Amino acid sequence: MNKQSAITASPLHVSVPHDSAIKQVAGRADYVDDLPEPEGTLHAYLGLSSRAHAEIVAIDLDAVRVAPGVVGVLTAGDIPAENDISTVHKHDEPVFAHRVVEHHGQAIFAVVAVDREAARRAARLARIEYRDLPHITDIAAARAAGGQLVTEPLKLERGDVEAGFAASQRRVKGTVTIGGQEHFYLESQVALAIPGEDDEITIQASTQHPTEIQVMVAQVLGIPHAAVTVNMRRMGGGFGGKETQGNLFACVAAVAARKFRRAVKLRPDRDDDFSITGKRHDFVVDYEVGYNGDGRIQAVTATYAARSGYSADLSGPVTDRALFHADNAYWYPAVRVQSQPLKTNTVSNTAFRGFGGPQGIVAAERWIEDIAYALGKDPLDIRKANFYGTDSNNITPYHQVVEDNVIHRVVDELEQSSDYQARRRAILAFNRKSKVLRKGIALVPVKFGISFTATWHNQAGALVHVYRDGSVHLSHGGTEMGQGLHTKVAQVLADAFGIPLEWVKITASNTGKVPNTSATAASSGTDLNGMAALDGANQIKARMGTHAARLHGVDPAEVVWQSGGIRVGAKLMRFDELATSCWMHRVQLSAAGFYMTPEIYWDRSTGRGRPFYYFAYGAACAEATIDTLTGEYQVDRADLLEDVGRSLNPAIDIGQVEGAFVQGMGWLTTEELWWDQKGQLRTHAPSTYKIPLASDVPRVFNVRLAEWSTNSKPAIGRSKAVGEPPLVLGYAVVEALSMAVASVADYRIAPRLDMPATPERVLFAVERMRREGAAT
Amino acid sequence: MGEVRAAIRFILNDEDVALDSVPATRTLLDYLRLERRLKGSKEGCAEGDCGACTVLVGRLRNGELIYRSVNACICFVGSLDGAHVVTIEHLSAPDGPLHPVQQAMVDHHGSQCGFCTPGIVMSLYGLWMTSPDPSTSQVETALQGNLCRCTGYAPIIRAGQAISQYGAPAVDPLVAERARIKARLATLGGGRRVEVGQGRDRIIVPASADDLASAYLDNPEATLVSGATDVGLWVTKFMRDIGPLIFVGEIDELRGIVEAEGALVIGAAVTYAEAADAMVSRFPQLAELWGRIGGTQVRNMGTIGANIANGSPIGDTPPPLIALEATVTLRRGGARRTLPLENFFIAYGKQDRQPGEFVESVQVPLLPAGERFACYKISKRRDEDISALCGAFRVALDARGHVGSVRIAFGGMAATPKRATSVEAALLGQAWTETTIEAALPAFATDFQPLTDMRASAGYRLLAAQNLLRRFHLETTGGGQRLTREVA
Repeated sequence: MNKQSAITASPLHVSVPHDSAIKQVAGRADYVDDLPEPEGTLHAYLGLSSRAHAEIVAIDLDAVRVAPGVVGVLTAGDIPAENDISTVHKHDEPVFAHRVVEHHGQAIFAVVAVDREAARRAARLARIEYRDLPHITDIAAARAAGGQLVTEPLKLERGDVEAGFAASQRRVKGTVTIGGQEHFYLESQVALAIPGEDDEITIQASTQHPTEIQVMVAQVLGIPHAAVTVNMRRMGGGFGGKETQGNLFACVAAVAARKFRRAVKLRPDRDDDFSITGKRHDFVVDYEVGYNGDGRIQAVTATYAARSGYSADLSGPVTDRALFHADNAYWYPAVRVQSQPLKTNTVSNTAFRGFGGPQGIVAAERWIEDIAYALGKDPLDIRKANFYGTDSNNITPYHQVVEDNVIHRVVDELEQSSDYQARRRAILAFNRKSKVLRKGIALVPVKFGISFTATWHNQAGALVHVYRDGSVHLSHGGTEMGQGLHTKVAQVLADAFGIPLEWVKITASNTGKVPNTSATAASSGTDLNGMAALDGANQIKARMGTHAARLHGVDPAEVVWQSGGIRVGAKLMRFDELATSCWMHRVQLSAAGFYMTPEIYWDRSTGRGRPFYYFAYGAACAEATIDTLTGEYQVDRADLLEDVGRSLNPAIDIGQVEGAFVQGMGWLTTEELWWDQKGQLRTHAPSTYKIPLASDVPRVFNVRLAEWSTNSKPAIGRSKAVGEPPLVLGYAVVEALSMAVASVADYRIAPRLDMPATPERVLFAVERMRREGAAT
Repeated sequence: MGEVRAAIRFILNDEDVALDSVPATRTLLDYLRLERRLKGSKEGCAEGDCGACTVLVGRLRNGELIYRSVNACICFVGSLDGAHVVTIEHLSAPDGPLHPVQQAMVDHHGSQCGFCTPGIVMSLYGLWMTSPDPSTSQVETALQGNLCRCTGYAPIIRAGQAISQYGAPAVDPLVAERARIKARLATLGGGRRVEVGQGRDRIIVPASADDLASAYLDNPEATLVSGATDVGLWVTKFMRDIGPLIFVGEIDELRGIVEAEGALVIGAAVTYAEAADAMVSRFPQLAELWGRIGGTQVRNMGTIGANIANGSPIGDTPPPLIALEATVTLRRGGARRTLPLENFFIAYGKQDRQPGEFVESVQVPLLPAGERFACYKISKRRDEDISALCGAFRVALDARGHVGSVRIAFGGMAATPKRATSVEAALLGQAWTETTIEAALPAFATDFQPLTDMRASAGYRLLAAQNLLRRFHLETTGGGQRLTREVA
């Protein structure tokens, strides 16, 4: 260790690179499939349903068993304990379908072979006899069939809605359709199960939730949680798709490892990953809004129907979060919103960055747009007229007071820095003269609630060791999927101990080191784990300080921590010297840190509480051009301003904002999930499912953090969460497209562009403008 | 047939490789990861679409050593005879400094989850070797075949434009040691047929076009492979047993581009990238389309001959080639025949090609002066996407401004690339006016009854096809407007 570098500036609030950056650019960062395989590792592959909904009449796996390289097969009967991996314990999600399949691509069996190709080839040889049952693919069909739900719906209500409508000068009713989204993590799902002594088993998995993998493997094998160890160094992307969706792969690998007493790896091909795993929920939101001639909303009612897929998975909390964001940044004097998590014969939809919140916000922006077009105003004026106040008009539909509202400042700053008004005038002038190409511009705000709405998830642990040479071993309950969580938590520790960042050794997430963790999700990773690590550091620092004081015969209060070590009176003890001295004097240099978010609570039965510790804010201004002959378009410019409090690492936060915007834009534009008549998803690979490319990035792309912001709550370093909130900024692109479409009918008709706004939807919206514009 | 060599030989990074036993359908990515334990190249999709497996393949071309980015996931090892394969592991030693491309990516925060990163580094590396100070558009083009789900690309584009601040291509090993690699590669070839394996698991790399003709006559059940941008998926996705494989990509006689008798003659094994200059200089109306065929890696691998031979209804080159009255020359043994390209496509999955017969070249007549020509591709995403529809229009007006001749061809509208003969008939002899165009539009429904699928609905395809005719008319009469990615 280089002692000269011991005295350094704090690395907190500094743009240090991602901890794995050098390994990643060199191809030396290992993902699960890159790890050396234990001797004799076998490979499993899943056999999938080719029907959307059917009884399984017979499963004939004879040809599979005798295929070259095959060691054996697994079906529901081979599950030692429970054939269920329902994350919310509804017993509606089997490992292997038994008697009935409920979606195309559902796992029915697994084949285990000496290599992956042999297993994959053999899996195709199964002969499965089905008796087809009626299948329901989409929201309309689910409603037509009676609207079976996968979990209990939620209703939020505040104020007198009927009186609100009665007092409204105008009303608008409508429906907005919002598509789903495939996560398209670049690294597909993968798990490696390694059997140990007795009932022990170790899982290497690409997961955002090692504890969930541990619990599910234990449940399926019928062994204690303590017998299962899950290790996770990094994921090649997660975005919510590895919160629960890795359970199947880990459990099948574990069952196979148990049965054959060999290490077993399971990695689906990309197409199979698409077919097996859940996605972002698509929503149909039916709404009615009462408002006055000045654009102020008086009352809102809305129903949020979601395509949940065949099982509950996380559809309950996802649809709840949609309702929690029905307000976005707007004050509704009276509001009643309810969810409808519908059962369909499709993959079980799941967590995806934003977790329902983005769909709630997009719906709110749709009725803002409706009001603007009805009144002939700029939608931005309607937004401003309805923003939450700071001292009044600040109660959400779930009865939490918005205490930290900065949306006015965020929007005002962006309006100025993006030159919104002048550009809007120029675009209106352009559209008057341009025949084929039309432009639009939009400025959209976002307010996003931070905390898991299931209050008990808002806890975290960390394990911090200081070694005799002053190096620090960091382990915490969060997982690294690219978001820079480990880098930020290491910054926190280096700052706490006053040591160089390089002295902090980042290690894999491991259920044996930090137990009972929450998913790295809900943008909470740094808030929770950073505070837990800090708690661990503070415990160790207290012991080290007491020791230093005793050593020098001073009062502990006279010991001062500073960069490089500890000051006792006039003497500086370097951190590594202090660590050595503590060890010599038998002072414990290890601590388990813990954190739970204060103040929050939520009563779902009454729809009241304070589910969010604080809110993150942001705004985006986007400009786009459409081709009215084909519906093709491009994004000319985007300006983003995001409130991340006092950033722990501005470079990482900017990266999150840029990436989230583009991912959100992709969700709402070119990313289309398309099922055929048989209920088979036909966009199941990058050749058919189109996420944004480099050439889709706005031509001019200005991204800034609100540098003046600081979290009003004592979150880690006064920072704010950044993972999810900026995803919704991508909606600004859709509204810019909408304005361009609306120009065809001289902005007299609300364009109501549904999502994803593919070139086809844009062209048909243009056609509607032509038709209805001519008729009026 | 002369003497046969029984090993595939290539250079992998710094190492000479000779494989005398390799499965015919072994992909380069599986070879690297499973056999060589080189784990830097990643599998993201196994269909040549995400670019996480991108490597560089260097080949001698007219005495020069040219490196191109390719997708290792759909590149068969058998196609690499005589090549220099460069993987991410070659860029920096574990204990050494990072390569300028890598350092630029670190300093610009270009990686988050890092899974796409090795492929992105390789694509940027390939660009930087030939364009040390690239424009934004050049970087975007180089990255057309690389998906990143985390960063939103902005930091990667910034890194791609900053590489030269970290070092000059002149000191890069692949540039500085070019003479040495060229000399090594020159010793690998040798004008002999290469044959490895037995029966269906056989690899044949013919030494010449004559050798190909003979090998294919002897093995009419074999699959011909050039760039493997489609055949690769038959293996990685459908797990079809398609051997034996005959690799045609390096046969000199199939790699020519010449202008003769008023036509551009393109050998069947010429890639889209290699044909770009020749095609776009003669048909500048194809510049946009050419930049939107697949992504950069696909254009570096795929060939025009195979785009035709494959017979796909959504291939990008047949519509413009049919509009240009291209002909295709087929060869079986020593016998050749030439037919209009449009006649080659008979029905879905069925072409006018006999067992043992292969596409040798395509002839594209140059456009007579005064004729108007345009080609439009429509896809859900602008770049690296398959056409929802692709339309090519060509018209010659007579002295009165009436339509003297017209050819319109579409992909994505029928089971084969197909001419819009009813629309053509409605236009022929008429004044080239908006009225004529509007009157001709209903004929599209006579010519085409397109499908609804995941790329577009039937209704959209028909309406967009009609609007493309409107666009063509506008553009020929001074009222055209198109989206452009150029910076204002």
